[in-house]
Amino acid sequence: MDALDLARWQFGITTVYHFIFVPITIGLSALVAGLQTAWVRTGKEHYLRATRFWGKLFLINFAMGVVTGIVQEFQFGMNWSDYSRFVGDVFGAPLAIEGLLAFFLESTFLGLWIFGWDRLPKKLHLATIWLASIGTLLSAYFILAANSWMQHPVGYTVNPDSGRAELTSIWAVLTNSTTLVTFPHTITACFLTAGALLLAVSAWHLRKGNQEEVFRPGLRLGAWVVLIAGVGVLITGDLQARIMTEQQPMKMAAAEALYQTSEPASFSLFTIGSLDGREEVASVRIPSLLSFMATGSPGGEVEGIDNLQAEYAQRYGEGDYVPYVPVTYWSFRLMIGFGALAMAIAALALWSSRKGRRPANRWLWIAAIATVGMPLLANSFGWIFTEMGRQPWTVFGVFKTAESVSPTVSAGEVATSLIVLTLLYGVLAVIEIGLFLRYARAGAPEIETPSDDPDRPLAFAY
Amino acid sequence: MELTTVWFALIAVLWAGYFLLEGFDFGVGILLPVLARDDRERRLMINTIGPVWDGNEVWLLVAGGATFAAFPEWYATLFSGFYLPLLLILVALILRGVAFEYRGKVDDDRWRRRWDACIIGGSLAPALLWGVAFGNILRGVPLDTRHEYVGGFVNLLNPYALLGGLTTLTLFTLHGAVFLALKTDGEVRHRAGRLAALLGGPVIAIAGGFLLWTGVRHGDPAGWALSGAAALALAGGVAATQFRREGWAFLATGATIVLATFALFVTLFPNVLPSSLADANSLTVTNASSTPYTLTVMTWVAVAFTPIVLAYQGWTYWVFRKRLTAEQIPAAVKESV
Repeated sequence: MDALDLARWQFGITTVYHFIFVPITIGLSALVAGLQTAWVRTGKEHYLRATRFWGKLFLINFAMGVVTGIVQEFQFGMNWSDYSRFVGDVFGAPLAIEGLLAFFLESTFLGLWIFGWDRLPKKLHLATIWLASIGTLLSAYFILAANSWMQHPVGYTVNPDSGRAELTSIWAVLTNSTTLVTFPHTITACFLTAGALLLAVSAWHLRKGNQEEVFRPGLRLGAWVVLIAGVGVLITGDLQARIMTEQQPMKMAAAEALYQTSEPASFSLFTIGSLDGREEVASVRIPSLLSFMATGSPGGEVEGIDNLQAEYAQRYGEGDYVPYVPVTYWSFRLMIGFGALAMAIAALALWSSRKGRRPANRWLWIAAIATVGMPLLANSFGWIFTEMGRQPWTVFGVFKTAESVSPTVSAGEVATSLIVLTLLYGVLAVIEIGLFLRYARAGAPEIETPSDDPDRPLAFAY
Repeated sequence: MELTTVWFALIAVLWAGYFLLEGFDFGVGILLPVLARDDRERRLMINTIGPVWDGNEVWLLVAGGATFAAFPEWYATLFSGFYLPLLLILVALILRGVAFEYRGKVDDDRWRRRWDACIIGGSLAPALLWGVAFGNILRGVPLDTRHEYVGGFVNLLNPYALLGGLTTLTLFTLHGAVFLALKTDGEVRHRAGRLAALLGGPVIAIAGGFLLWTGVRHGDPAGWALSGAAALALAGGVAATQFRREGWAFLATGATIVLATFALFVTLFPNVLPSSLADANSLTVTNASSTPYTLTVMTWVAVAFTPIVLAYQGWTYWVFRKRLTAEQIPAAVKESV
């Protein structure tokens, strides 16, 4: 493997890993803020216990999101310096704005929330978690604007003298049509992820009959969030698919392994055949569905990989413009499949727990507990699909991945960094999961009345 | 003033803010095995920075992001060139950040000791390496005609840069001791004050030596003036530690860090990364910068939001202004409590 391959592996591993923690942070911060709001408004103790319980799980997860995020910012310069040179004028702005507007907000107010339980007035303390939550949303917006620019570059020109992209309209970058669909798609997926976490942990406790007063509402809330957010994911995903077909038709063709332009095009649930889907032994197909996903009309024409390859070779010069189809084909299906499965289980859980009922079926309990991993897998496959489907480009149609890598960083250096970070991330994953399970199992805390003594012990301390 | 100059100044401010704030965080981490005698005291020390360390670290992320946006060539060459030191810093910051959050989450001595090692090492390494990095930036590094770094790793380990590393390491340690004397009460406060008074002489020698070397090497008048002011502030801070004037001592070590950082940036200007091979290869505020349009946009964003950030971050320090004592540290947490 050369430095380019290693750098790509590192980006893939560190980004997928980072995005395990990010959606939980985004979704759960808002849910915890919601629960705390319910407590402040009603004074009911079970809301406070729920806030504390989910808040603890949230913080265990948040720490990992923060520290793995630093790697994300640094590695553009470390491994992808020629990319950074080329795009810095455009791409750097949303990143810097993200830091100034979002990172400060979330980290400062989360610190206030964690340590402020007994030092801030109730309502002010509530405001801190909401502000932290808003910070996570802002952060998502700016980084998705940066990513969307790579998918669909707008508001720039390439300076012929320096050969670099230059920003001509920040407004165009921040209101990129790709950003406007990617943001709600990602955020609804984050809520789906957090909802599944509530559903699964609550199911684990309810199955044992633990703390019904906290975990029954937790199960219902989690399942509703999965369902509602899931509908949002579907709608925004549909819009996104259409925009993607317009802006990156090759990615849509690669999602289906559609080699010949078809009208109408069918969608295969799965295919048995050659790895790249060119030769097919058997498949289960839904007629016209791909046409509908791509164009909004069941008879619409969807361009095929071979036609697009010929077209791109003419437009951009000789070369291979086809993404790695086995990955795009399967990641696209697994993304949809795991998301849909989580929704189905949530619906079942809601139905079988309606009006105070208790699900009797052992498998339903197990399925509900297993739901926790499904959105995480769906999220990962979604990102793998959208990033691998853009290849061979880093900036679609403008700048290639092969040109992006740092020219002076040796394969040995990238390998060192890849190995060190992968091992470190592996060890931390084991620790994080262990801690998460430990605190999830412990259940919701009892509430003690705080004393008024000014030298009383802190309500929370590291 | 040119926008490129404005952004150079803003990046200097971001680094100064980062060193001022995370400087004492690092110091607290480094002094963990020195100043605390038992677990409660270790926790006392960690909790003095508990609510703020994460916000302090964001200064680094914004400095990095601002460099990417305002001087892409600088960001690209610096981050790819200083590859291995930055990897070390990343690993250190990851371990340290996780350690703060996870250390108290399991009531077990071995568990705590391991995370303590992460906090200590994770504070020590960046405190040293940032100084080495800045020493090299000032000294100049081999850049070819395409502004690419061609020096390798060993090139970064030269006496001047290593003295720079020793400067940040000792200065941050002193700053941390002074901070602990200001923010705690009881035994730890006493020990921190005594240690700060003891560290004063060596820090003056090391930091003074580095600033002197920098001045002699570059002969920049404004740099000399700022270095002089930093030296004065440091002397004042060290004197304040002798008289146990904790507030003054902290202000003075803080001022030392800010003034010394400005001295380095002023000396560097208008270069951002000088080449030791040929002057023409150097990266400057002009040839490394973004377009005027991008800089204008970024300036508006900075003007609009920096005051807000400063206000709420300042407010956090106000909320947690009280001294902490070992008695206020609650018993080791049980998961269910």
